[in-house]
Amino acid sequence: MVATGSLAAIGAVATAWPFINNLNPAADTLALSTIEVNVAPIAVGQAVTVKWRGKPVFIRHRTPDEIAKAKAVKLSELPDPETDAARVTDANKKVRPEWLVLVGVCTHLGCVPLGNKSGDQRGEFGGWFCPCHGSAYDTSGRIRKGPAPKNLEVPQFVFATDTLVRIG
Amino acid sequence: MASPHGAPPVFNNKVIAWIDHRLPIFSYIEKEYHTFPTPRNFNYFWNFGAIATVMLVLMIATGIVLATNYTPHVLMAFDSVERIDRDVPQGWLIRDLHMNGASFFFIAVYVHIFRGMYYGSYKAPRELLWILGVVIFLLMMATAFMGYVLPWGQMSFWGATVITNLFSAIPVVGQSVVDWLWGGFSVDNPTLNRFFALHYLLPFVIVGVVGLHVVALHVHGSNNPLGIDPKGPQDTVPFHPYYTMKDGFGVIAFMVVFAVFVFFLPDYMGHPDNYIPANPLVTPAHIVPEWYFLPFYAILRAVPDKLGGVLGMFGAIAVLFLLPWLDTSRVRSCTFRPIYKWFMLVLVADVVILGFCGANPPEGFWVPLSRVATLYYFFHFIILLPILGKIERPLPLPSSIADAVLKKKVG
Ligand code: HEM
Ligand code: FES
Repeated sequence: MVATGSLAAIGAVATAWPFINNLNPAADTLALSTIEVNVAPIAVGQAVTVKWRGKPVFIRHRTPDEIAKAKAVKLSELPDPETDAARVTDANKKVRPEWLVLVGVCTHLGCVPLGNKSGDQRGEFGGWFCPCHGSAYDTSGRIRKGPAPKNLEVPQFVFATDTLVRIG
Repeated sequence: MASPHGAPPVFNNKVIAWIDHRLPIFSYIEKEYHTFPTPRNFNYFWNFGAIATVMLVLMIATGIVLATNYTPHVLMAFDSVERIDRDVPQGWLIRDLHMNGASFFFIAVYVHIFRGMYYGSYKAPRELLWILGVVIFLLMMATAFMGYVLPWGQMSFWGATVITNLFSAIPVVGQSVVDWLWGGFSVDNPTLNRFFALHYLLPFVIVGVVGLHVVALHVHGSNNPLGIDPKGPQDTVPFHPYYTMKDGFGVIAFMVVFAVFVFFLPDYMGHPDNYIPANPLVTPAHIVPEWYFLPFYAILRAVPDKLGGVLGMFGAIAVLFLLPWLDTSRVRSCTFRPIYKWFMLVLVADVVILGFCGANPPEGFWVPLSRVATLYYFFHFIILLPILGKIERPLPLPSSIADAVLKKKVG
């Protein structure tokens, strides 16, 4: 009886698995995962939003002032401590502090924070501000205030040339 | 329950008698909806169960008709709903009935829940009946949430994004759950497809649970405004014609108000941003859920921590499951609970305040107000209810329903 019972239980779990796995992203959805962006037209102080995996990606050409501000912050002041340098290093370990590449999705509940367009509200830390529940990010995209638990995600990115960035 | 109103029914019609002998549906209807002994003292709050049932049927009927013209694809969903509104014969009516029907379904259920709380209908022996009701409420919320995603407007998309992201707060399995909901890297076509499938399914699950809810109800019969058990035939009347007629009247009155919205204010309860097609790159400046979710949304935002907010929101419903055990008073009806009666009304005010907090941006005084209101909500259930039941002195209960009713007539 124990043997029959356990076999039935194993069978039930093995049968349930395909049903659950079926909910995971399909192969063609996973395939849409790299884009290339020419950053030459983005002037200092400007930012653009591009679409990657159905989500917005922010590319900001930071001003020297914004970089200085991001560097000056002590790690102990950050809810999710991370240096600015680590966030602007590409997959080839090249550091270009003027280019900040971020997934533009608030780590709270997924809204797109404001701050990429000129004239947008940028919140009290000069980076981005999420209007949904009031999370404020700094000029390195790190969370400083509000309910979001983590910094804006830095996607896998690499500078293929000086002006061409590949994301994904 | 044995019927005090005579022997099992005898059917004169031969066909009915033949069927009933093999499948006793007619005896069942006779027993549960005709002779069923029902307290004689219901007030109009007792109409809302019947009203909610009618709304459920209406939602399913209009939903199936909508589904015949709706296309669950990100490129076509918005346009297919616009087509239903503009080109499909009577499509506007079916859609407005469904759209406003959801709101009115929630109105009916909220009044129904309030009734249960005010008159202590959750107390023994009706705990499971109450719990099944809370299950129905949860299923309704899931159904309405997924339905609101289907027209694929800006609020659909961003509501779906925010709510599905709630699950990412769950430690360890959170991200997997979100992936299973999305079927991709974000809310996208696979999400819309699966939400449509579930939106079609869940209402029928609700029908099943409503069935159990009614079975549980008919074991011990209905509670009543006095909260005391009927002691004999003098305390009850047969369900038909007394309450079939009263429920019919209530349903008609409710439908009149419903019709005013459907025909004259169809978009009053909706949000104009949902007439802008979904754009994954731009979040509306101010996202709000449908009005019936606002109090829970306010609790979510009141806690300045992601996991905490999510726990608060689900906890607000979890306490309802525990209500039969949190309330330690043995008196059911607030009519005889001189202190709790007022706290019950304060709770209603608190939930309304939470609703306003949820509708407004999380700025300025709305932030502290939503925190105070959230704390009060939990204080009511977790602290006030257990203690008050012990210290409050209830008023003397009448000896029977008939006694109380007749005294009122005279006095
Ligand atoms: C518990 C019952 C139900 C509730 C509470 C409910 C709720 C909703 C809501 C809130 C919407 C969004 C309306 C809008 O803003 O446009 C919606 C849309 C929709 N529902 Fe339902 N629904 C229910 C049952 C059903 C059923 C049984 C079907 C059958 C397939 C269905 C099919 C649809 C379709 C096709 C749409 C998209 C068209 C539209 O948006 O008007 N619904 N539902
Ligand atoms: S989604 Fe950004 S603060 Fe909630």
